[in-house]
Amino acid sequence: MSKLYSGAEIVFKCLEDQDVQFIFGYPGGAVLPIYDELKNHSSIKHILVRHEQGAGHAAEGYARSSGKPGVVLVTSGPGATNVVTALTDAYMDSVPLVCISGQVPTHLIGTDAFQECDTTGITRPCTKHNWLVKDIKDLSKIIHKAFEVATTGRPGPVLIDIPKDIQFAKTNYSKPKKEKKVNGKSHNRFTENEINELISLMSKAKKPVIYTGGGVINSGPKASESLREFVRSIGFPITSTLQGLGAFPGDDNQFIGMLGMHGTYEANNAMHDCDLLINIGARFDDRITGKIDEFSPKSKKVHIDIDPSSINKIIKVDLSIVGDVDEVLKAILKKIKKKQNGLKDSNKEKISKWWEQIQKWRTKNSLGFVNSDKTIKPQHAVQRLYELTKNQDTFITTEVGQHQMWAAQHYKFNKPNRWMTSGGLGTMGYGLPAAVGVQIAHPDKLVIDIAGEASVLMTMQEMSTAVQYNLPIKIFVLNNQYMGMVRQWQELLHEKNYSESYSEALPDFVKLAEAYGCKGIKADNPGDLDLKIKEMIDHSGPVIFDCQVDPNENCFPMIPSGKPHNQMILGPNDKEENKITGKGKSLV
Amino acid sequence: MANPKSAYSTPTKKGKLDTHIIVIWVDNEAGVLARVVGLFSGRGYNIESLAVAEIDATKNISRITIVTTGTPQVIDQIKLQLKKLVPVHKVADFKREDKKVIFKEMALLKVVGKKKKIEKCIKACKSYNPVILDKTKQSVVIQITALRREIDKMSKKLKPLGLTSTSRTGAIAMTRGADIFK
Repeated sequence: MSKLYSGAEIVFKCLEDQDVQFIFGYPGGAVLPIYDELKNHSSIKHILVRHEQGAGHAAEGYARSSGKPGVVLVTSGPGATNVVTALTDAYMDSVPLVCISGQVPTHLIGTDAFQECDTTGITRPCTKHNWLVKDIKDLSKIIHKAFEVATTGRPGPVLIDIPKDIQFAKTNYSKPKKEKKVNGKSHNRFTENEINELISLMSKAKKPVIYTGGGVINSGPKASESLREFVRSIGFPITSTLQGLGAFPGDDNQFIGMLGMHGTYEANNAMHDCDLLINIGARFDDRITGKIDEFSPKSKKVHIDIDPSSINKIIKVDLSIVGDVDEVLKAILKKIKKKQNGLKDSNKEKISKWWEQIQKWRTKNSLGFVNSDKTIKPQHAVQRLYELTKNQDTFITTEVGQHQMWAAQHYKFNKPNRWMTSGGLGTMGYGLPAAVGVQIAHPDKLVIDIAGEASVLMTMQEMSTAVQYNLPIKIFVLNNQYMGMVRQWQELLHEKNYSESYSEALPDFVKLAEAYGCKGIKADNPGDLDLKIKEMIDHSGPVIFDCQVDPNENCFPMIPSGKPHNQMILGPNDKEENKITGKGKSLV
Repeated sequence: MANPKSAYSTPTKKGKLDTHIIVIWVDNEAGVLARVVGLFSGRGYNIESLAVAEIDATKNISRITIVTTGTPQVIDQIKLQLKKLVPVHKVADFKREDKKVIFKEMALLKVVGKKKKIEKCIKACKSYNPVILDKTKQSVVIQITALRREIDKMSKKLKPLGLTSTSRTGAIAMTRGADIFK
């Protein structure tokens, strides 16, 4: 008879077989047997966070920057409910997480026992799948399946709820089996005909645009390479969603900037006026489409996505290709090469007028702002941060709000997996713990959280984690004393009634940094900014950088609610009364 | 249109609603019904009726039949979202008007009253395969199987004759002929 292992041992044997190196967690009564077993498994390092939400976001940062699933370990009850925000965040942004939660012993389930909650019930709508382990014999099978579900197809979070008695119970261990696809859920379902149809559409297009999203990043670094080859060979303009930044180089001439609510003038106008729209791994989110009825009215639409339910969910498309982005792009490239260069050359000529139009839109310089030598403009701060860090491989995380949009607009990403931001759920407090996870995955790289002072205070306690593990993360706080995005909407839509969006009694961030045992730097003068940023980069430990910026600055350009892409509000530099109407646009 | 004070877009025109019968084959495991029903409630889809039971004890397969209404786009989403659930094996979708599919619901009707009225009730149910499950001097329990609207009609008709209690199942469906849904 083979050796019997306890449930807790089986958890670690499974994690070892899944090549897990780090778990982010917080102990508690219902997971103590698992924590007790930790000491016997030296290949797995546990990162102790200060709040379970932080564990979830750190695991997200780890997963998104490394491509490997993030693993979270929490206790029952409050441990599990605290991680719900992070699970929902990962679900919305398709991040692979495996969350293991303790549960009260099986015989107490349903009795309102101490620290009991219906964890699988609560997390059912925010995970791809979850399991309550009721029989020790199922444990190893479930954990291996959990990794498979989290990482295949469109990635996402899963949760395994393990009652305390199951952690003590003993059974045999079985290694993971290479199973056939779960219930026949295969991922590549595209046909040669669909590829041919796409190529035919491409060869006819006069005003094409490529719109890429997080699906390219999730498909792996190879997908970004394929995308670059594809886009360069056909010469089409390319725009990206917030999550897709980095898949195509941000400083490339073919890249026309981010699209959507705070996207560039050229990207949004190209989306509106194009005759062929190729969506690669994006999901027509409402921050992207604006008014659905008037979304890209003149175009043929193609959608490449691994998730069949993303197709025709919001925007009806003319051609759908269901598959992994990298494999679809490789199939297209193969076809293009076979069909000799005829397609490419004739095509580039055909779209030259389109490029002229895009150049005209570009001259609007929609990301422009009025700089000042008295106060630090937040856009200027991001630009300086970019200029001073672009020569090294830098990883950027953000919180949620104006600073997030400024980071997306002004920091240029040239590689995938370098940009971690909460897009779908929009979780304030994401960036600091995410930076912890990124730094764990990349101990020698520069990791910066571009933050807002309101967001960062939501998960500030994780500075303590950073100090404990010597993680030299840099928290670059664009401090405008307001919940900036809330204030901006109140200014534009609610007659400047700044209801509760001003934070009185903010902490002294420099002293706060010192209290945590790290370095604090404060900048309030544009003249010192560069020097202080350099000081931050050169410091070998974690830093909180309090960058005091103009509190009245708004994030432009923007598409006001209920408007189509061609009716953007531009910044103060724009002379046409800040409004580009249908008529105004035709003058451009 | 007035300025909508919102960061969200305004709703667009709704398409025509159709009634569909969705049949779902699932692993019969704890919580599977909650996953399916939660998907409907969470995404704002409609459930008009629901029927579920295990149909294969060795393979542990249950068959769930849901009657729902939605625009063609919503019906497509329902199917695609259901197919993403891990315990779901396959999903079939039939239009209510589909002639190739049989739809049936069952109802138990309790009538309390004088003999004459009870006889009248049994007679009225004649064309819906009535089965007398229980009979006393002042009451009867009749089982009928029929379409939803037929049962609706019957319960209306039997009310004045002494119908006191009705219990009905959700619709279940089966294709006609030798073909099975794959």
